[in-house]
Amino acid sequence: MEPILEVRNITKRFGGLVAVDNVDMKVYPGEVVGLLGDNGAGKSTLIKMVSGVYRADAGKVFFGGKEVKIDNPMQALRMGLETIYQDLALAENLDVYSNIFLGREKLKRFLGLVNVLDHGHMLAESRKVLNRLDIEVPSLRNRIRTLSGGQRQAVAISRAIYWNAKFIIMDEPTAALGVAEQKKVLGLVRTLSSQGVGIIIISHQLLDVFSVATRLVIMRRGKKVAERITAETSMDEVVGLIVGSVPGDLANANGESPKPSAVGPVMTTSSRSRPHQETTRRRPSPSGH
Amino acid sequence: MNPRFRSVFIRVMRRWVLIFLGFEVLAFSLLGTNFFSLDTLQNILVSSTIVLLLAVGETFVIITGGIDLSVGFMVGFTGVVCAKIMVTLQAAGTTQAMAIAAGIAAALLVGLLPGFINGFLVAHLKVPPFIATFGMYGIAYGCAEIICNNVPIHDLPSAVGPIGHGFLFFWLPGKMFRVFVEPTGLSSVDFQHLITIIPNLSALALVFVLVFGFILAKTRFGRHTYAIGGNIDAAERAGIDVKRHLVKVYMISSFFASLAGVCYVLRYITGRAPAGSAQVLDAVVAVVIGGASLYGGKGSVSGTFVGAMVLTTLVLGLANLALPTYYAYIAVGCILIFAVLIDQFSPELVHKED
Repeated sequence: MEPILEVRNITKRFGGLVAVDNVDMKVYPGEVVGLLGDNGAGKSTLIKMVSGVYRADAGKVFFGGKEVKIDNPMQALRMGLETIYQDLALAENLDVYSNIFLGREKLKRFLGLVNVLDHGHMLAESRKVLNRLDIEVPSLRNRIRTLSGGQRQAVAISRAIYWNAKFIIMDEPTAALGVAEQKKVLGLVRTLSSQGVGIIIISHQLLDVFSVATRLVIMRRGKKVAERITAETSMDEVVGLIVGSVPGDLANANGESPKPSAVGPVMTTSSRSRPHQETTRRRPSPSGH
Repeated sequence: MNPRFRSVFIRVMRRWVLIFLGFEVLAFSLLGTNFFSLDTLQNILVSSTIVLLLAVGETFVIITGGIDLSVGFMVGFTGVVCAKIMVTLQAAGTTQAMAIAAGIAAALLVGLLPGFINGFLVAHLKVPPFIATFGMYGIAYGCAEIICNNVPIHDLPSAVGPIGHGFLFFWLPGKMFRVFVEPTGLSSVDFQHLITIIPNLSALALVFVLVFGFILAKTRFGRHTYAIGGNIDAAERAGIDVKRHLVKVYMISSFFASLAGVCYVLRYITGRAPAGSAQVLDAVVAVVIGGASLYGGKGSVSGTFVGAMVLTTLVLGLANLALPTYYAYIAVGCILIFAVLIDQFSPELVHKED
C-alpha cells in the first residue's frame, strides 16, 4: 500500500536556527502516527509545513502518491488535508457554525444578483456534524467566546471532519479537555482511522498517544531521532528518546527491548512529568505556543 | 432581577445608542426653536454626510483590528483633485457635465491608490496601521497643497452648486411635484412653502452606505472581515487570503474618503487641502459609539450610521440652542468614553452585529 502522506528530507530554518532538520516521515491510510518530542523539538513547525502555514526550505511532500507543493493553507484544505491546531484557531467573535464553515462558507443567490451567506444550510450541517461527535454545544449561534474548552475543541474537530478529510493532523487535541471529553476525542480518532483517514497526533499526554497510535515518530532538536512501533516500545524508552537520555537511531543506539509488563502505574506517572533540568538549556520554540 | 425582565432589559439596553439618539432629538425639540422639523432633520442628515462616509469606510478597517487615519486628509486630497480637474476641463472648453463627471471619476480613481498603499504596508510589510496611515495622512495633505498651490480652488462649473445643494424631490402641495430639478420662477410665497425632500448628497451617501452595509453583514467578504479581526491566525489557517483581504479593506476605506471628498466639493463648491482633517476623529468616534471595538472583530454599518447621527444631532442641536461649539466637544468626549466603558464592563450590552 502507498502512504497517504510522505515527507522527504524536509527542512525549515528561522534565521540561523534549524527548526526542522532533514526529516522523513510516512503515514499510511487508516494509520495513526504519534509525533512526539519536547517543546521546541520541531513538531509544530513540521506539521505547519504540511498544512501550508510555513513553506519548507528544502525537501518534498507527497500526498496520495503524488508530489505536491503546499504554499498556503487553502491548498492543503482543498486536497483534504485538515489540521486541528493546538490553539484551536477559531475566531472567537464569530458563532459556532461560522467557524466550522470559515473560509469555505456556503453561499446562496440573493435576488438572482449576488451571493450571500446561507445561514440556514450552514447551521443545519454544523448541527449534524456536532451530533456525530456527541459533544453538547448549547447553541450553534453562540459565539466561540462563550464556550468551554471542550466545546471549542469539538468545534475545531467538527471543522476538520465535516469536509471529509483524507488526512488529519491533530496538535494537542486533548490538552484542554476534561476526562470524559478526552475519551470521546480518542474514540473519534479510532473511528476516523477505521474509515481510512490517515492521522498524525501530537501530544504531551503519552498515555493518549500510546492508546491510539500504532507508530511513533520521536523528534529532538529539529531532528527525527527515532521511529518505533507502539506495541514494541515502552513509555520509558520513548521518554528517554524525547529528553535525550536514550540515544536515538541517529547515534546508532540499539533500541531497548520492549517490556510491556514493566510499564506499571508508577512508571506511567513518572513518565508524564518532564525533567526540568532540560528546559533551561532549550532554545526558544519558533512555533510559538 | 428576574431572568425574564433581565433579558428584556438587556435587549433594550443593547440599543442604548439608539435610545440616546431619540433622547437627543426629544430634548432639542423641547428646548430648541423649530428643531423638530423636516428641514432640521434633513439638515442633520446632509451635515453628517462627510463624517458618515468616512465612518463607514473606517468601520471595515476597525473591524479588522486596524485604523485608518489617512482618511482625513484624503478628503482634501481627492477634493482638490476633483476641483482641479473640473476647473481645468472647463477652461479647456468641455461641457459642464463632462467636466463634473470627469472630476468626480478622477477623484474616485485616484483615491483608491492611497488605500492600496496603506493596505500593502499593513498586510505585506507588517507596518502597524496607525503608522502606515498616519504617514499617508501627511503625504495626502502635502500632495493636495502641491496640486492646489496652497490656495483653495474656486470658480468651479456653475452646475456644481445646484447638485450639491439640491434635493431629489421638490413638492409644492397641491401645485407641483418635481424630481431632481429645482422649480424656477416661483413667487416668494410659493418658494416659502416649497417642500424639499432628501438632499442629493444624502441620497448618494446612503446608497453606498446601504450597499456596503449589506456586504459587511451578508456576504462572505464581510464574514472574513470579522474573522480577521477576531483571530487573524485562525483566518489565515482557514484558508482566507488575509493579505489580499486587508488590502481590499483599506481600499474600501479610501474609496469612502474619496466619496467624502467629492461630496465636500459639491457642497462647498471649492477644493481645499485641509478639508476633512477635523473629521477623522469624529469618524472613529462614530464607529466606536456604533458598537465597534478598536481591538477588532466587532462593529456594524448600521451601528456606525447611528453613531454618526448621534454626533451630528448633538452638534446641530447645541448650535440650535445657541450654545458655543466647544460644548459639543465636551459632550462628544463624554459619549465616547461612556461607549467604551459600556463595552468594557457589560459586554452583553454591546450592539450585536448580526
